[in-house]
This record gives sequence, C-alpha cells and structure tokens, in this order.
Amino acid sequence: MTRIDKVFRRLKEKGEKALIPFITAGDPDYETSRRLAIEIAARGADLLELGIPFSDPLADGPTIQASSSRALKNGVHFASVLALAGDLRRETDIPLILMGYYNPILQYGLEKAARDAAQQGIDGFIIPDLPLEEAASWRAATGAAGVSVIFLAAPTTGPERLKTLGRLTQGFLYYVSVTGITGARMELTRELIPELLRVRALVNCPIAVGFGISTPEQVKKLAPYVDGVVVGSAIVQQVAQFSGAKTIKHIGDFVASLKTPLRGGKDA
Amino acid sequence: MPDRRGHFGQYGGRFVPETLMPALLELEKAYRRISREPEFRRELSWYLGHYVGRPTPLYCAHHLTDALGGPRIFLKREDLAHTGAHKINNTVGQGLLARRMGKTRLIAETGAGQHGVATATVAALLGLECEIYMGSVDIRRQRLNVVRMEMLGARVVPVSSGSCTLKNAMNEAIRDWVTHVRHTHYVIGSVAGPHPYPMLVRDFQAVIGRESKAQVRRQTGRLPQVLVACVGGGSNAMGLFYPFMDEPVRFIGVEAGGRGLTSGHHSAPLCAGTVGMLHGSVGYLLQDSWGNIREAHSLAPGLDYPGVGPEHSYLKDTGRAEYVAVTDEEAMEGFKLLARTEGILPALESAHAIAYLKKLAPQYTQEDIIVVSLSGRGDKDVDVVAKELGKRK
Repeated sequence: MTRIDKVFRRLKEKGEKALIPFITAGDPDYETSRRLAIEIAARGADLLELGIPFSDPLADGPTIQASSSRALKNGVHFASVLALAGDLRRETDIPLILMGYYNPILQYGLEKAARDAAQQGIDGFIIPDLPLEEAASWRAATGAAGVSVIFLAAPTTGPERLKTLGRLTQGFLYYVSVTGITGARMELTRELIPELLRVRALVNCPIAVGFGISTPEQVKKLAPYVDGVVVGSAIVQQVAQFSGAKTIKHIGDFVASLKTPLRGGKDA
Repeated sequence: MPDRRGHFGQYGGRFVPETLMPALLELEKAYRRISREPEFRRELSWYLGHYVGRPTPLYCAHHLTDALGGPRIFLKREDLAHTGAHKINNTVGQGLLARRMGKTRLIAETGAGQHGVATATVAALLGLECEIYMGSVDIRRQRLNVVRMEMLGARVVPVSSGSCTLKNAMNEAIRDWVTHVRHTHYVIGSVAGPHPYPMLVRDFQAVIGRESKAQVRRQTGRLPQVLVACVGGGSNAMGLFYPFMDEPVRFIGVEAGGRGLTSGHHSAPLCAGTVGMLHGSVGYLLQDSWGNIREAHSLAPGLDYPGVGPEHSYLKDTGRAEYVAVTDEEAMEGFKLLARTEGILPALESAHAIAYLKKLAPQYTQEDIIVVSLSGRGDKDVDVVAKELGKRK
C-alpha cells in the first residue's frame, strides 16, 4: 500500500477528508518554498502538490502562470524540484505529488524521472497534458519505479471514460471542477455537486476535486461529496505578495482554515 | 499516415488536458464521417471554386527564371486566393465542418494575421461568432490584418505573455478552448497541434498540391523535379507536398533562419531543434535542456513559432523531405527579387521560399522544373519591409 493510499484510508477511518494544497516549487525562491511546504504540512495538509515550473503552462490561469515564470526566472527546473522534494522528505511524511507538464519530464527522460522521483521520496505525478491515450510509456516507467500516476477527469469526460480513468488512476482520481483552466473563482458551478455524485457512482477510488476552489466555505460545501479537495491558485496568490516570515504564517493560517471543514464530526 | 492514434512514427499524438480529449475524439469521428459525405464534398468544392477563387494559377515565372539562369520556376499562386493566402483553404473546410458539428463559435490563433483573417472571413460567411488570439508584438507589426479582422466582425484578443507572438497566442487559444469547448471549435491554422489537426489541415490544404500536379502536367507534360515551400508550422508545404508523396519529386521545406542558425534567434526547429512535445503533439522544437520552450524569432510573423507539424518531423527523419533555413536578410532579398522581376509582392513568409531558389537553381538545368508555393501576398508586410530597407540604407 502506497503512502497516498494509506492517507486516504486513515482519513476515511476518521471520517475526514483530505486537504491537498498546491504550491509552485521555487516560487518565490527555493528556500521559501521549502519553508512554506513544511508549514503547510504542519497546518493541516494531508497531501502536498508541488508544481514543476514550465514555460507554457496551458492548463493554468494567470496566477499559476505568473508563479511558474517567477520560479523559472530563479533558475528552477525539474532537477531542482526533485531536490526540493528530497529535502522535504527528510522532514515530513506527507505524500508528495509533483504536478507538471509533459515536456520537461520527457526531456529529463521518462525512466530516469520516475526512478529519481522515487529515490527522492516522491509519491506520485499529475501531468495535465498527458491523457490516458498517450500515457503508456510513462505508466510503464513509473510502475517500475513504484510511483503513482494520478489521472484527471473533467466535466466533459463521458461515463465509459470515467470508469476507465477510475480504474487506471493510482491513489485518487483528480476531478476538474470546471470546464476551464486553473484559477480562483468566486462561485462553484451549479452542476458541480450533481457531477460529483455522477463520478462517485462510476468509480471506486478516492476522488479529489480541484480547479477554482479558494475558500473554506467552498471546501465545506464540497466536503460531503469527495475524498479530498485541492487548493492551488488561492495559495499561490498569497505567495505572489510574499513578504517574509509573516507570509509563511499567514498561508499556514489559511491552510488551517481550509482544513477545518474537512475534519468531519460536528464542526463540519 | 497518421495511425489511428494520430502518430506519424514517433511524432504527433494527442497531448492535451482531459477536458479537451472528448472534443478531439468527437472532432476526429465527425471529420472521418463528414469528409466522406458527397454532400459535404460538393459544398466544400463549391465554396473553394466560387468563394475562394480556386483553382489558383500555376504561373510560369519567366523573368524570375531568367534572373536565376537555370530551371523553369513555376509559382503556385496561393496569394491570389481570397484573403490573400493559402490559409482560407483550411478555414473554409474547418468552418463547414464546425457548422455541421453544431458549433456556434470559432476561435483561432494567428501570427501574421493571415490565418486570423481567413478564420474571421469564414465566421462572417457562415454566421459564426469569432475570436482571434494574437500576440501583442504581432498586432503591432501586422496592423493591417488586425483592422481586417475587426471589420469582419471578429474580436482580436491581444496576448501579452512571453515573446507576445504566435506561441503565446496559441497557448491562450487553447486555454479559451478548454473553457468553451462545448460550443466552440478551435480552428488551428497549421498542420500542428494535437491529432486530428495535423491530418485534417493537411487534407484541406492538399488542394494546393493536387491542383499543382494537374497544372504542371497540363503546361509541361511532366512532373517537376523539386517542390519548394516555406515552413512555419508547415501547412502550405504539407499541402503542396502531400499529393506528390509517391512521385519521384524532391521536397524542400524552407524554415526561418532569423539572424542565423547559430545566433539563437531563429525559427528553425527542423534544422536546429530537438524532439519534444509542444501544443499537443511530439515533434522537433526549440527548447532548452530542461524542456522549457525557447522563444522563436523571424522577421516573418507567420514563421515565428518554435514548433513544427509532426508530419514534417517524420518526413525529415525518413529523408523524404529536406529542410533548410533562410535568414531574415536573405528573405528580404527574396522579397525584392520577386517584386522586381515579376511584379509580385510576396508575403515575407513566402519570400523565404523564393530566397532559397538562389541556392537551389544552380543545381538544376534549363530542362528542369521547380514549383514554389507562393503561399501569401505581401501587402501586410509593407511596413516591416519599408523599415528593414530603411535600416539597411
């Protein structure tokens, strides 16, 4: 059983849901990312997504695009993200998931990427521009290294495809809440909860919902229908205004406020 | 080619967010079905004949031939098609397809603005809503085409990220498509992007090669020795080459060498790039060792793109086609040469193909024939050309 599976099982036993925050590795710089990740893990995150900066992040909105280019300007690349994950692994047991686009991983070499990731204690990968149809080589490489491949499903995904994705994804299925790109949104779409019920009826693995979720109120609304919630842009936005130790504490508080409605029991 | 999953050997494929996968599968299915329907084929060929103005002439360029002193040069006059470039062949095809699929909105990326104008034109013709993504640098250097698109009722959305050119416009168009995929058709303008686009755009552009083949036979009684076309994404080149694939004819694709292949400022992934994945397909591209996409450079906005179509990548590896590069400066010379000898202002993109003739012609005799794709007209480029000529005085 992988570290990701264990977390979802433990939470299920406790009647809790997973909080999965996202930050871009190396934004605003390597050391801040490291300290932020540790703070986030300590303040209620159950899994952590680390973004690999890329020049052309076409599934991302302006917030994560800007974050990605700040990290690139600092010279952060795939190997530095692996190193950051390795540093984090020495300090925390939280499952670490890398989220990044295919080309940097392809250039690094699929087998080498999977092997080195496993060595740094990375648990899984989410690659938004690598759909099922093109994932055979990557699945083979990660399978050999013992790293999970997490697939995304979207509102446009039909029932047969959902079933297949649910069967082949490892750890959990990442459900994209909107037909669109990443970025904080004021309102959840009206169709989201019925869609989550539809997904739940078709797949057996844990389901995490992400894209656009930015407030504890939204998290609370979604908690009953999913096993986990991903929050990215809303955190990255605060990193953008980074001003030292105060920001780290501030983001820690925000993460704690997102986790509260996921704890289950009466206060949910 | 391609195989069922859209691969040309190791190239091509469908590397897109899950949100778009169902749309690509639907598009492929619809295309395979609709493109075989006699009614669709009649409709397409009617529009190509009565609206686009096809067949475009294959013009024997006597004065250019004399100036180069070697083989007979024939120009395939795509510049005479409606809207002034070959792009309309594809947008009419995709527009009719989108309408049959029940889509009400077209979006497109554009570099030189030619594809944007061609998409806006078809949207106006078919009564579809239209938005065009264009880099802010290109908006500046191709002002005329921006005005044309707006007059046609399209909204031109400026893109101000990265180099503010074609690559960034395409990123933004893909983001729009992810968001509005249910009622929007993305009209990709080249033989690039995810499957089925490289196949579909090639098929719609193959009219260039089919006509050329019939015309050159009629005029000379035989086939040419060489075909020459500029390559950005590579749609006019693929359209010209494809119907000659099984003939003993040499294919030469001319990339934009910018300030020179060793300068780092060029748009020549086939000549000086490496294999990677960009905008949904695997092919040659300009990237750093960490897989980040590098900015391209060319004086010709339509060639200013760091990637190239997957089928060109395949033809390079198999040796079926050769790819060369021509610098900004040489392209300017090509522009002037055609203007002075034939009274034709070529698009700066097409001027790259013309420029390469200076190197190619000496390899052939007066008995030989070269067909060059004159993919677009140069009116859009007069400001850029005037500025460049001014600099060199």
